[in-house]
Amino acid sequence: MAAIFQGVGAAAPLSSSLSNSFDSNKSVFSPRRSFSVRKRASFAVVRSDGIVNLNPNGRSAQRLVSNAVATKADGPAASSSSKPGHELLLFEALQEGLEEEMERDPRVCVMGEDVGHYGGSYKVTKGLAKRFGDLRVLDTPIAENSFTGMGIGAAMTGLRPVIEGMNMGFLLLAFNQISNNCGMLHYTSGGQFTIPVVIRGPGGVGRQLGAEHSQRLESYFQSIPGIQMVACSTPYNAKGLMKAAIRSENPVILFEHVLLYNLKERIPDEDYICNLEEAEMVRPGEHVTILTYSRMRYHVMQAAKTLVNKGYDPEVIDIRSLKPFDLHTIGNSVKKTHRVLIVEECMRTGGIGASLTAAITENFNDYLDAPIMCLSSQDVPTPYAGTLEEVTVVQPAQIVTAVEQLCQ
Amino acid sequence: MALSYLRSSSSRSVNLLKPLSSSLPLRRPISTDTTPITVETSVPFTSHQCDAPSRSVETNPKELLTFFRDMALMRRMEIAADSLYKAKFIRGFCHLYDGQEAVAVGMEAAITKKDCIITAYRDHCTFIGRGGTLLEVFAELMGRQAGCSKGKGGSMHFYKKDSNFYGGHGIVGAQVPLGCGLAFAQKYSKDETVTFALYGDGAANQGQLFEALNISALWDLPAILVCENNHYGMGTAEWRAAKSPAYYKRGDYVPGLKVDGMDALAVKQACKFAKEHALKNGPIILEMDTYRYHGHSMSDPGSTYRTRDEISGVRQERDPIERIRKLILSHDLATEEELKDIEKEVRKEVDDTITQAKESPMPEPSKLFTNVYAKGLGVESFGADRKEVRATLP
Repeated sequence: MAAIFQGVGAAAPLSSSLSNSFDSNKSVFSPRRSFSVRKRASFAVVRSDGIVNLNPNGRSAQRLVSNAVATKADGPAASSSSKPGHELLLFEALQEGLEEEMERDPRVCVMGEDVGHYGGSYKVTKGLAKRFGDLRVLDTPIAENSFTGMGIGAAMTGLRPVIEGMNMGFLLLAFNQISNNCGMLHYTSGGQFTIPVVIRGPGGVGRQLGAEHSQRLESYFQSIPGIQMVACSTPYNAKGLMKAAIRSENPVILFEHVLLYNLKERIPDEDYICNLEEAEMVRPGEHVTILTYSRMRYHVMQAAKTLVNKGYDPEVIDIRSLKPFDLHTIGNSVKKTHRVLIVEECMRTGGIGASLTAAITENFNDYLDAPIMCLSSQDVPTPYAGTLEEVTVVQPAQIVTAVEQLCQ
Repeated sequence: MALSYLRSSSSRSVNLLKPLSSSLPLRRPISTDTTPITVETSVPFTSHQCDAPSRSVETNPKELLTFFRDMALMRRMEIAADSLYKAKFIRGFCHLYDGQEAVAVGMEAAITKKDCIITAYRDHCTFIGRGGTLLEVFAELMGRQAGCSKGKGGSMHFYKKDSNFYGGHGIVGAQVPLGCGLAFAQKYSKDETVTFALYGDGAANQGQLFEALNISALWDLPAILVCENNHYGMGTAEWRAAKSPAYYKRGDYVPGLKVDGMDALAVKQACKFAKEHALKNGPIILEMDTYRYHGHSMSDPGSTYRTRDEISGVRQERDPIERIRKLILSHDLATEEELKDIEKEVRKEVDDTITQAKESPMPEPSKLFTNVYAKGLGVESFGADRKEVRATLP
């Protein structure tokens, strides 16, 4: 990303170019390495290529930003815009991924409530029962604890079940099976058994679904050792993550969001997967790193439009991998921008943001110029009333305010 | 039922050979002798929604002697584990199976290693039945590298994948849905094998059991649910925990069979019957009426909720090893001395293995992080002080 600065060369001493206080004793200036100063107020940032970026807040008017609207800068995999592909909705992308994997590997089967003849409550498994039969697409009774256990037992022998929770919240009934058996059997058996299950389902706050149907289970599952958690947010990464999760030898929990099922996007025709442990760079930027996942990505991108108009250049990363965190991508971003804002839909207490804050602070404290800010949902059961529900979740306006506060 | 005519012929041959006064080498053929003997089970089977199998069980000298040796081994192993626990070589939880050996041994006699067995935490003897070695047992109990789960599982997590033994589970009842999942996989792969999911009378009250039973019956899975009813769920007697202690009837629409779990031959007959049934008609419940001499675990003396008279009464009248011993002696398959020799041999084997297991080292510290994930991710992890040691996982 090109940015134009007021003419400061690489070798200029920093003390002369700063307006605010700067403790020169603390800094080590090296043209080839980036560093940061432990100051809350304006400061100089030296980027890794030695160019000094002054007072991003004050001099922003002179800076040209080429992209005012969110650009999805995809990873190493094919970008969705340049190749001809096909357009579909997110739930269709999930279905495509699932169908392709079921075709590819006869050991893949699906079990869940109403996944077979009904086609899935969100149509993710539509048409699969007709195509693959009742033994591979299994309609279970309403017994989450036992059918999750059965999926795990089947996985111990080598089958690859995809277990659907009609709503992620219902999987709380299967918590014992997920925690003790799914997560731990590989370890307690000394490596004898692998559990290649995929546990998936929609979660998150929907449109006035009520408290029990608006649960965000990623915060409860995150400390289970032995599982991986990923959250999809676009049709492209939904299909990619679904396929990668099915192919993985580890148990993977794939979090989908109730409100994102009808997103439309053009995705490539060819076979592709998304790396389970990798974060997605949604919008490269300079001033602040915004870490988000699932539905909040869209709130962040909406806020980003406003922010760009106000002159900020946020870097937006969709972390995708909730367990383990992609500290490589996140770290590189933190080293670049030195400010972090986490926007999540989990509740504040014990959420993904809390763990991410801890992880970033422990690893990258030296690179931070300000304490990490974490915007999460309120620690309340999600109310039914629409106005109250809106306030429970983080809204774009709050994100804008947070970035402004962070960048002061 | 009459005993086989061969009995009288063998006793005749004994009388002929006695004067030669070297009975030992002449006995050896009997231990591999497979001439059938028919024995009656101690009590008839009680059935629910199905026809009970016959009381007459076919067996042979080889099998009976194998039963004797295996059960003696299991008994000795459990008692040795008791001493090791008191000497603090085994820590945490240790649930002993002595008294219930007939279930493990009888079941193995009826099935193959391709059939799956899954049980709860009282799994030491079931593991041995599935082909596990004594060394793996003791090493795992003591947390050593040579253990079956490399020291990372412990008493409640014995597994043996190559002989389809799926553990080894600590949470009461959670293994039953897993077991039905194994049966599902067997049906999926059209293996013609069955799964035996064992649980106790305490776990019989778990909801997930009925959920799994419903699904198994619905999908016609070859699942056999075996309730090892030792009449006490830790400290609670079955009549205090279950409104209906007829566990074999609890399946309602699923057929059930009540078996004397202290009679290895009855267990064998029942399991054979159950396997045939499950392959044709779907799930069946077996209730094994058995008894444990020890308490629930090593921290439970076992005498606060039952009388010592009861325990010694069962030991005198229903002990599984004694039953087989009497059967062997009455059929003249071996002498008292030979059986005692077998027991001595078994005792020595156990003692030697314990010595060997004690020499096995503890797992390496780096092994803490192996097998968390399959094909590790390169996830960072921190040392205990969170400052110094950082390792990139393999």
